[in-house]
Amino acid sequence: MRKTTPLEFYSTPLPGVDYSELQGKLIVIEGPDSVGRSTQVTRLRVWLEQHGHAVLDTGMARSALAGKGIQEAKKGNTLGPVTMTLYYTTDFADRLENEIIPALRAGFVVLTDRYIFSIMARAIARGEDRAWIERMIGFALVPHKVFYLRAGVKDLVSRVVLGRGRFDYWESGMDLRFGKDMYDSFVKYQTRLIRVFDRLAKTYDIEMIDATRTADEIFHELQSSISRLFTSHQGMRKISTGRPATKTA
Amino acid sequence: MSVFVPNRFQGKLIVVEGIDGSGKSTQLSLLSQWLRSQGYAVAFSEWNSSPLVKQTTRRGKRKEMFTPTTFSLIHATDFADRLEGYIQPLLQAGAIVCADRYAYTAFARDVVRGVASSWVRNLYRFAIKPNLAFYFRVPLDVALGRILGGRDALKYYEAGMDLDLSRNIEESFRIFQGRILEEYEAMADEMGFHVIDATKSIEKQQREMRRIFLQELGASLPNGVLEAPRV
Repeated sequence: MRKTTPLEFYSTPLPGVDYSELQGKLIVIEGPDSVGRSTQVTRLRVWLEQHGHAVLDTGMARSALAGKGIQEAKKGNTLGPVTMTLYYTTDFADRLENEIIPALRAGFVVLTDRYIFSIMARAIARGEDRAWIERMIGFALVPHKVFYLRAGVKDLVSRVVLGRGRFDYWESGMDLRFGKDMYDSFVKYQTRLIRVFDRLAKTYDIEMIDATRTADEIFHELQSSISRLFTSHQGMRKISTGRPATKTA
Repeated sequence: MSVFVPNRFQGKLIVVEGIDGSGKSTQLSLLSQWLRSQGYAVAFSEWNSSPLVKQTTRRGKRKEMFTPTTFSLIHATDFADRLEGYIQPLLQAGAIVCADRYAYTAFARDVVRGVASSWVRNLYRFAIKPNLAFYFRVPLDVALGRILGGRDALKYYEAGMDLDLSRNIEESFRIFQGRILEEYEAMADEMGFHVIDATKSIEKQQREMRRIFLQELGASLPNGVLEAPRV
């Protein structure tokens, strides 16, 4: 897939949306729960703002339209897999049209905690048709950069145990009961998700980040990759990672 | 490419389509009463009625937040919830499910709103193919005459006001319905609709529906279609 500025779509553009003059940068952080995505987004935001970039951060199920509805739906026990995929896609479309695109037009750096890839991975891991969802969600803009914070299942398990101490119903794929109990289902479902992401990374331009390292190490790797992004396009100011050792092209 | 998933269950799925004022809901209701009287277990599903999605749709409509894409997606979400949680289990159980509007409504309406026809057809690819799809063909003026005047005020999205067709809500509704009608007509053959002439009397239309029902499904009914318990 070609990478150009301004952004382009994966397939069909959104009807009735003005795509002219999108001059910001769209940066995506993907990865499983509790892998430290939000910590990185927060640090990246501070760093980018210190360098004079206006930043919008957004994430899944935060849309004005569908955010609340999704939270409510997840409290019950009737949310089916296809319905879930469509609900999250609605949420994504609302944020794309009303937050992400306007911010890009205004020249912001948009940092998004998860993008279409999580929606796709969850759907594919639940047995839905990849071609169906790719055509549906093809209205998404191709980001300038997609990072996937990758950790193995064992690592994820210990993060959950040491973190909130209990396995989440949805993160364990309990809606489809992948295993005989919560833990078993978590392991099987998360293993599937990682496998799906590995496959998606082959088609889409996704940069794998080893998330088993310290938060500092991960942050520095994200910084240097994002810096290259700013220097490789004409008209964008070069920004420093604050680490003398990092060479930018 | 087939648009939908074939119905591999014992139950039967019957849908009605047509523009507002075509009389399709009246006819479906009469058909379902007849089927009940024949001893079958009959269930109903209405467009845009999922409890899971209701609040979101209401919020979007009240605040006029919808774009063509989110309007299309939220209705697909609503449809998916009814399909996964209601229609499919009932078909599995062997019921006759009567749906007032189906994916075709989205194919007509959302395309008029501006989404790509191929996109919205793909969106509903998970839908189960109906055993029978009735389309109530009616001239625009007849349908408008049935609903305008004698009903509550038109609503914003219902009248297609988001499309800026006219500042007058009735005029907007007229143009919007006219375009939807064109979409229905254009897909009638492709989708294999059984066309009912909706200008005929209610009784004549109902006789025609029952005749088609028996002709198309009569032979397969004894094989596993669920009967209502005797009371």
